[in-house]
Amino acid sequence: MSSSPTDNGMMNQSLLAVIRKQRLQDFFFHKITMLFSLVVLFALVGIIISLLINAWPAFQKFGLPFIWTIEWDVRDQNFGALIAIYGTVITSVIALLIAVPLAFGIALFLTETCPLILRRPLGTAIELLAAVPSIIYGMFGLFVFAPLFADYGQPALQATLGQMPIIGLLFGGSMNGIGILTAGIVLAFMVLPFIAAVMRDVFEIVPSILRESAYGIGCTTWEVVRNIVLPYTQKGVIGGIMLGLGRALGETMAVTFVIGNSQRIRESLFAPGSSIASTLANEFGEADDFQLATLFALGLLLFVITFFVLGAAKLMIIRGEKAQGSKT
Amino acid sequence: MRRSFIKTLIAGGMLAIGMNTAMAADITGAGATFPYPIYAKWAEVYKKLTGVGLNYQSIGSSGGKRQIAAKTVTFGATDSPMKGADLDKAGMVQFPAVLGGVVTVVNLEGFKPSELKMTGDVLAQIYLGGITKWNDPKILAINPNKTLPNLDITVVHRADGSGTTNIFTDYLSTVSKSWADKVGVGSSVKWPADSSLGGKGNEGVAANVTRIKGSIGYVEYAYAKKNGVPYLQMQNKDGNFVSPSAESFAAAAAGANWFSVPGMGISLVEQPGAKSWPITAGTFIVMYKDPSNVENSNAALKFFKWAFKDGKQLALDLDYVPLPDALTSAIETKVWSQIKQK
Repeated sequence: MSSSPTDNGMMNQSLLAVIRKQRLQDFFFHKITMLFSLVVLFALVGIIISLLINAWPAFQKFGLPFIWTIEWDVRDQNFGALIAIYGTVITSVIALLIAVPLAFGIALFLTETCPLILRRPLGTAIELLAAVPSIIYGMFGLFVFAPLFADYGQPALQATLGQMPIIGLLFGGSMNGIGILTAGIVLAFMVLPFIAAVMRDVFEIVPSILRESAYGIGCTTWEVVRNIVLPYTQKGVIGGIMLGLGRALGETMAVTFVIGNSQRIRESLFAPGSSIASTLANEFGEADDFQLATLFALGLLLFVITFFVLGAAKLMIIRGEKAQGSKT
Repeated sequence: MRRSFIKTLIAGGMLAIGMNTAMAADITGAGATFPYPIYAKWAEVYKKLTGVGLNYQSIGSSGGKRQIAAKTVTFGATDSPMKGADLDKAGMVQFPAVLGGVVTVVNLEGFKPSELKMTGDVLAQIYLGGITKWNDPKILAINPNKTLPNLDITVVHRADGSGTTNIFTDYLSTVSKSWADKVGVGSSVKWPADSSLGGKGNEGVAANVTRIKGSIGYVEYAYAKKNGVPYLQMQNKDGNFVSPSAESFAAAAAGANWFSVPGMGISLVEQPGAKSWPITAGTFIVMYKDPSNVENSNAALKFFKWAFKDGKQLALDLDYVPLPDALTSAIETKVWSQIKQK
């Protein structure tokens, strides 16, 4: 306690120097990391602006009806986006309809009922599947899946679901293995590991005390999942599904291989169609000036669709949280 | 954005070549994918002989036209010829470089290449969606003594814009009035048949045809031959059924009057001649009369002169048809003479 004032001053000074240095470091660290994050924002805004500028001639000519016009006539330079939007949305919906229940089952099995020996290899296999490049799925779809689907899958579907009154229309027409439904199924293969991996990860974070308490009061596995795991992990599950949906909406090569690349909308899911991404992949190379603008407009629309999907997901999560808050 | 990217790419390519062969003039070209294999082969041999390199970017016919308009290349290459008026306006000339043929390929079990016969009219009806089964009486009528299956026809076309599609639709429009009225000619058209589906590039069409039973498509002959996809005999204007081959392509071009159209952009489909293959076409080179770099332009002409004279066998090896001597000397005196020489 009896340190001399000069001593104290020296202490203060060296302390101040350290503090000053640290402040400077903090300052630069803060600014540099902020710069990094801002680059992302600038890139995003830059992409939107450049898409808009390039797409402008198309919007100027067709206006808003571009979005719901069923027309794609390169020769007469008459374009509408609905064929591609329809293909994109329908294939993604089919993919999710197939992939989500399967992924759910896989994740449940891995976290709730799987023998410990199998847990590691199965989990790794799913992660590996998620890492397979999309072109591989496209080749698998075209060369392996489509012929099998044409010979066995499509006749079976037509003989069963195809005989039902209204739904039957979805499974009519010629069966050559290539089309909207095939694209949807291949997409399902692709997004399944993504969704399953995320779901498994979030199911695992459920505190074991909750789970074990529930088992302890005599809940069945399903009841535990329904009342404990799912409410607890809702956010992560929706996030996983949206991750899959995002991949499905923008998937290009695999879809281009198997969707059939036909610019038309037909009632049958067996019929070929095209998605936004496949249209871009096919036509970018040889497009003339105005067609190029139209393709940019399609790209912008894909951007907007993805944006709305993610927005809707966020909204669902926020709503879910509020509903939970009011319960407790 | 994309254009400037390609510009940079090509400029980069030129720079790279410029560094390698600083002494020799460099030739740059861009455009059609159909003649890329032969241009690349010619360039390889020519480089060995003379040390002059050719950098050819196969970016597609419309890309080739865009690049020559932007003056980033010494020559542009295109499968669908430019119109005479457009050439005049831009101060450009156009000449054919090599000929090739488009063939129809099918996936039908138990038939060898050239075993089945097809007429232009029936082909147009198939592509219009009027004929939907392989055992249609109209197909059986031109293939007597053959049993064709009761199988749905799947029509396969190019999904990307393509010079091949331009040639094919040109042929269908020539032989079928209803095709000309309903669909027309273009490097990308609205395919009317219900069963139609698209593949990207020759390989995409070939992949679909080889996978889908009962499908029919069209590809460059060299592609069908290389991959062993069964093709059809076609009936030509004289009424004979012919198989695709270098001879039948050459026969189609034999009687052609190239200078009847400004820019030499004549159509070679449905030409008379007993052996003529009906879906034949040339692929074209576009150059400036008064190029910004005369030296490069002269080097390009020298290259083509060599290719026309000494590159014939190379072309035949790759299933292209070289231009006859009479035509190449006419190109030299009538077309190249318009290009500024040093």
